[in-house]
Amino acid sequence: MKLQRWLAHLPTRLRFARAPGKAAEATPKAALENVAVAPAVKHSDRFLVQDLIIEASFGIGARPSRLIMTTLGTVLGIASLVVTIGFAQTTAGQIASQFDAVAATQVVIEPGSSRDARGKSQSTARLPWDSGERVERLAGVERAGLIAAVPLGDVAITAVPVNDPSAAETLSPPLLATSASLLEAVRGRVVTGRYFDSGHDTRGDRVVVLGANAAEKIGINRVDSQPSIFIGDRSYTVIGIITGVERRSDLLDSVILPLGTARADFGLPSPDELQIQIQTGAGDLVARQAPIALDPNAPENFTVQAPATKSELQESVQADINIVFLILGAIALLAGGLGIANVTLLSVMERVGEIGLRRALGATKRNIASQFIVESVVIGLLGGLIGSALGVFAVVIVSLTQGWSPVLDIWVALGAALLGAVVGLVAGAYPANRASNIEPITALRGGT
Amino acid sequence: MISPGAIGLSSSVETAPVVELINVTRSFPGPPEVQALRAVNLRIDAGDYLSIVGPSGSGKSTMLNVLGLLDRPSVGEYHLDGQLTSLLSEDDRAAVRGGSIGFVFQAFHLLPHRSVLDNVLLATLYNGVPRAEREHRARAALDRVGLNHRLNFLPGTLSGGERQRVAVARAVVSSPRLLLADEPTGNLDATTSGEVMNLFEELHADGLTLVIITHDVAVAERAQRRVRIADGQLSELA
Repeated sequence: MKLQRWLAHLPTRLRFARAPGKAAEATPKAALENVAVAPAVKHSDRFLVQDLIIEASFGIGARPSRLIMTTLGTVLGIASLVVTIGFAQTTAGQIASQFDAVAATQVVIEPGSSRDARGKSQSTARLPWDSGERVERLAGVERAGLIAAVPLGDVAITAVPVNDPSAAETLSPPLLATSASLLEAVRGRVVTGRYFDSGHDTRGDRVVVLGANAAEKIGINRVDSQPSIFIGDRSYTVIGIITGVERRSDLLDSVILPLGTARADFGLPSPDELQIQIQTGAGDLVARQAPIALDPNAPENFTVQAPATKSELQESVQADINIVFLILGAIALLAGGLGIANVTLLSVMERVGEIGLRRALGATKRNIASQFIVESVVIGLLGGLIGSALGVFAVVIVSLTQGWSPVLDIWVALGAALLGAVVGLVAGAYPANRASNIEPITALRGGT
Repeated sequence: MISPGAIGLSSSVETAPVVELINVTRSFPGPPEVQALRAVNLRIDAGDYLSIVGPSGSGKSTMLNVLGLLDRPSVGEYHLDGQLTSLLSEDDRAAVRGGSIGFVFQAFHLLPHRSVLDNVLLATLYNGVPRAEREHRARAALDRVGLNHRLNFLPGTLSGGERQRVAVARAVVSSPRLLLADEPTGNLDATTSGEVMNLFEELHADGLTLVIITHDVAVAERAQRRVRIADGQLSELA
């Protein structure tokens, strides 16, 4: 009965046989015929990937202590790569979060300027008085406010109108004019009183708001008694004191009045700059659209300062990845690969008898080579996984102790583990080739 | 070009010998050229029990290589079951080797970290024995050699005779046409080698074609046919 089974598959196999002298034309036909008649061996009964993995895992598991030593090099190499990239990404994350808090939500637009023949700077455009309203319609803009420095000339700002010749001459605080929405656009805070509103602006009311430092200098710390200050000989009611202006800290030292008032009383020609508070990430969009909203005919005449977009930021930080550590990691990985190659070669030499036996039992050269390749790939993958896990762990631990938030791309961790497998693949190629070329009978007679 | 179909082939098998060497020469090039086998003619019929004896260096290894499809003759034809083996590709030769030829070696060649059963199952791995049958056949083979109580032992815990019996079970598990034993008693003492030879003879009595390569005259004399190889040339003794 067993004889019949054997006979059943032998003929189809032997039909591969080529007639002498007709080899070239016979082969494809014979192959087709072989498929058409009946496969010699059912696919599920052949030596499959599952068999390969089982055989390889026995080879790997045979010597656990050696396995540990073998993977060590790969573990170190992969771990140092992951740690290096992990720290680079973590510090990039730190920089980015600081950057976000300070400037990533701020856009500043100024009229462009050119120099005339005498070297004097000349504005080539003028911000419209309603710039704030124009840009606040854009997507991504939260608040926008105008600001302008008011030239004082030799006019003094004092709390009392009396000209006391004996008093030491004090330096007047600078005088600024803003729109009502500026305070929010620069994230200022009212300490006492209030900021002026657009009504004050439109009517040109003689009201001022003091920066905290200026108020201290002038000697005003409360506004419920409606104190006045004098700019030149005109009196202005102080309605509020502000602080916490992160974007334009010079506001703290200044006396601030509505734009409309500045136009009426001091003949202010045009605003100096437009401060825009935007949503995070809208920098590009606002930088492109705001000049068009301000002057559709000549948007190029405005200078825009917008925060760097995320990709630019990442690029600039990724260049900072420590090259030295990457090279060290690569060297460790190379050493790990050589270690795998060495140990796999040793294992091939030790298992010459096994290789010969498998060949005698019907294994092809390819079966043998793939078994050793799989063994070294698995060893490399194991080293990669352990190294990657150690690297992630190290990044997390150090970040925790430093109070940073650890950042590591998931693909870096996974890719590093796979890189270990690639190292194993490369390292195993030569030993596997050696194994597949071992002469079976020499191996089988040599003992072991 | 070749026999037209299964019917023609199976009828030829009835008459064709299991092994037929026609004028086989195997020479190794390079000065000086060595002819390990010279114009050997040998016919082994189904059910034959043959021993090949000869001093070392006489060409026994090469004979084993050629018979076991591990080497190709330089000149001449090797027909296995009536088919000319020189026409097979390397992979096909490996498959025929796995399916049609069983090997037993002097050094046993059992895998030390695998159980007795696993060692026998190894022989079913590469030659397409149906997966569902494998364990059953391995147990049957171990039963046949009287080791069914040692299935989960590691080879290292067995005696030499038991190890060789495991190797025999591995050799016969895929029902080979031809069993090639290379010095099967070389590592055994007189008693256990007698046991192993008895086992071989039982298998032969069941219809197995058996070729034993040895330098031990006592072992060789138990065979029905004895062939001596000297200086690459073959002479039938009995």
